[in-house]
Amino acid sequence: MTLPADTPQQRERATTIFEKSVPGRRAFVPPGLDVPEIPMSDLIPDRARRASPPGLPEIAEPEIVRHYNRMSRRNFDLDAGFYPLGSCTMKHNPKLHERLAGLPGNARLHPAQRPAAAQGALKLMWHLQEALGEIVGLRAVSLQPSAGSHGELAGVLLARAYHEDRGDARRTRVLTPDTAHGTNPATVSMAGYEVVKVGTSGDGGVDIEDLRSKADDTIACLMLTNPNTLGLFDRNIEEITRIARDCGAVAYYDGANLNAIMGISRPGDMGFDVVHFNLHKSFTQPHGGGGPGAGPIAVSERVAPYLPVPTVVRREGGDPQFDLDFDRPKSIGRLRGFHGNYGVFVRSYAYICSLGAEGLREASEIAVLNANYLLARLKEVAGDALPVAFDRICGHEFVLSGAPMKRDLGIRTLDLAKRLLDHGYHPPTVYFPLLVEEALLIEPTETETRETLDAFAEAVGAILAEAAEDPAIALHAPYTTPVRRLDEATAARRPVVRQPPT
Amino acid sequence: MSAYTSLTDADRSAMLAAIGVDSIDDLFEVVPEALRLDRALNLPGGLSEQDVEAHLRAMASRNTSADDEICFLGAGMYDHYVPALIDSILARSEFLTPYTPYQPEVSQGGLQLMFEYQTAISELTGLPVSNASLYEGPSALASAGYLAKLANGRSRLVISRAVHPHARETLVTVARGYGMEVTEVPLREGLTDLDVLAEAVDVDTAAVFVQQPNFLGAIEDIAAAAELARAEGALSVCACDPMTLGVLRPPGAAGFDIATGEGQALGNRLDFGGPSFGFFAATEEHLRRMPGRIAGETTDADGRRGWVLTLQTREQHIRRERATHNICTAQVLNALAGVIYLSWLGRRGIVEVGELMARRSDYARRALSELDGVSTLHDQPVVREFAVRLDAPVGAVIEHCAERGVNVGYPLGTDYPEYGDGLLVAITERRSRADIDRLVEVVGHAVSELSRPAQAGVAR
Repeated sequence: MTLPADTPQQRERATTIFEKSVPGRRAFVPPGLDVPEIPMSDLIPDRARRASPPGLPEIAEPEIVRHYNRMSRRNFDLDAGFYPLGSCTMKHNPKLHERLAGLPGNARLHPAQRPAAAQGALKLMWHLQEALGEIVGLRAVSLQPSAGSHGELAGVLLARAYHEDRGDARRTRVLTPDTAHGTNPATVSMAGYEVVKVGTSGDGGVDIEDLRSKADDTIACLMLTNPNTLGLFDRNIEEITRIARDCGAVAYYDGANLNAIMGISRPGDMGFDVVHFNLHKSFTQPHGGGGPGAGPIAVSERVAPYLPVPTVVRREGGDPQFDLDFDRPKSIGRLRGFHGNYGVFVRSYAYICSLGAEGLREASEIAVLNANYLLARLKEVAGDALPVAFDRICGHEFVLSGAPMKRDLGIRTLDLAKRLLDHGYHPPTVYFPLLVEEALLIEPTETETRETLDAFAEAVGAILAEAAEDPAIALHAPYTTPVRRLDEATAARRPVVRQPPT
Repeated sequence: MSAYTSLTDADRSAMLAAIGVDSIDDLFEVVPEALRLDRALNLPGGLSEQDVEAHLRAMASRNTSADDEICFLGAGMYDHYVPALIDSILARSEFLTPYTPYQPEVSQGGLQLMFEYQTAISELTGLPVSNASLYEGPSALASAGYLAKLANGRSRLVISRAVHPHARETLVTVARGYGMEVTEVPLREGLTDLDVLAEAVDVDTAAVFVQQPNFLGAIEDIAAAAELARAEGALSVCACDPMTLGVLRPPGAAGFDIATGEGQALGNRLDFGGPSFGFFAATEEHLRRMPGRIAGETTDADGRRGWVLTLQTREQHIRRERATHNICTAQVLNALAGVIYLSWLGRRGIVEVGELMARRSDYARRALSELDGVSTLHDQPVVREFAVRLDAPVGAVIEHCAERGVNVGYPLGTDYPEYGDGLLVAITERRSRADIDRLVEVVGHAVSELSRPAQAGVAR
């Protein structure tokens, strides 16, 4: 096999903005001094003053712009192509939303502005709370948590507050399925509880007998995703939440996979007490390379008194009409500063307005249709090498196993993912969920066309055919990306986590 | 069909046939009958793009933004100038629309920006290692409490009452979860009472938290606080305002183990409080206990320089219940605004802005406290924010001045009942001498109008 020649991008050595710095250059021009030039030593005592300036770059505007522009071209992004990263719901981010979030009335609004002078923002938040509550069938909503993981922490702390308020201190354990997102067990530990794993049954759902045997009066909470991380809706969901509630536990719904059920089925109706939303997933906040997101929670009546402060309320006949309510004596307290990631709320609210009730349902229907269609196409082209982990109608995503591919073709899931990069695709989530060997978790979302799904399936087919001829090609992929496979082991063994000081 | 989906009727039939089902409803057969929502969601119908725009524009117009008045509000978030190049770079879809760089070969831009950001935060705070951002300031501070628990297993956290009230409250909320007590140390003359702090710190203290400048704007003797913590083997945590770190001694040089804080002032919009980012830097010793993503430098198969997410065995997706934090999605786009801003401001600019704010704050504080009915709440040195006492109800003064186009500041009584007559005034490089003169004029007028004895009292 002959390697293609280096691309121009590959020939260029990456340099950091610190390495481009030259003493004497600058971008910022300070406003003129319009007050007396009192010596700094008269204003700040010497012991509190900085001895020498921080080593920030010295660089003019044109080179800052080129630097970040060049760096941006070393990223693959959702506007560039298909991004079927399972569990992350990489749906199109409508361009309107950026314009709306940037309006001065939103972007330039100080969070400590008096409620009477922020009625538009509080009204938007209140309407978003109402809409989210309706979508999941739980009326009391806090928008405060900053991401899904933060919403999870809020939820488990709510469970703790609920039990403590009832004087029940025995409950120290939380049930989570072995398919759970890693954030679930990590959250349980941060909330001071202990994880109890529940097994998965032959059809990919919760093992009911295992659940029943572990559901006792030491259980504070059950955390579940439905559809779960295998993309499968649990047909026993009513029984599962009944078991949790019967043992006195709070039932928590991880909303990461809400995109499969909007307008179709509601976690509140399934018997859950707490739901978190990932507004950056189902409600299309751009993912920003790893945030920002937002993780509001909606809760049942029995948990509502403990919601974080402040909440946004509408006061009938009150002035101001929309207000922040701090008067919640049983609240767990604050989880962050001010009121939450408002800029994300603007985008998500705009999205709900655009789609409406029908559109949200259609989004979920098409997300599920697209996933099942892609699964069907992949079965055709890759069914032997990449069988589906649980052969059922899936939700908005599905899991394939690369175990036969590894055995028969000598390439692993990682190699397939890297070769997909050369085909211009972002690969699916790999090696998750943990219980499927060589897992590939694929979520196409509703905003993709049939042609895109066909082309992706064909690319997977082509990679498998190529591997049957010469597995070395995939084993050494990618070839066309700005850099090739990176040495992660050395990076972790000898961490270089900042530019060395000059 | 909504504007964001593409399937035609022909697509749908062909796709259903390929799947082997007759209808979309068949795809949801697994959902128990009783759980199928048998009605439409009770939400308004969908709108056209132009109608959505008009609807949200009308709502935004009901907010009084920092464009509509002269804004002296601070209390943790500040009206700094955001240079246009940040808007331009952040709008690039290559930064806006990807997710966490799980595939480093096609995410070098995002990983390099994390690395540059980590370097800039390390330089600012004077501590060697930084993560790639947390949600925002108060929750970042609370994360340091969890790190302390992992580091030394002690049972108590000691925090100054001069730390931002939202951060103190957040720490109390999460510490109740991971089973730690929180002890608050009172203020004396605008500063953390170091004598009480010394009493409060003992062998059960996991960490000590202070803020620089503190919530009242005062410059603390943070080195003394770090020393008190160190003497008892506790970790020391400094919440700091990054915009003051050009002129103030950084936490690293003052002996702190951890520096954390709110990043909004660094190139991020006000956004009614978010999204912004929280920063978190520490000594080398804590690198493997840090919360959140960290980018590390390495090489590719051909020897090219590149970056990856590193030390992932700390994280929830690998370590699960033994992770050092549960965070997954953080605030990378906001951190990008932060690092671009710091590059734009540069080595000299961060000092110049700090000095300008300190001189204008001094000018404003003198002018305000010369007014009848206005006095300083403390006389400690300040950089960019200071507190005054008013001889008139603070809430009424704020209203009175707002009607005259000036937002004069934050009512301290909201969080400190003992300072019910206190007003916290913030200065940025955007608040000119003319703005300050106007502030003095309207506050003077308001206090003289409203300070009749019958109306005096504690306002919220």
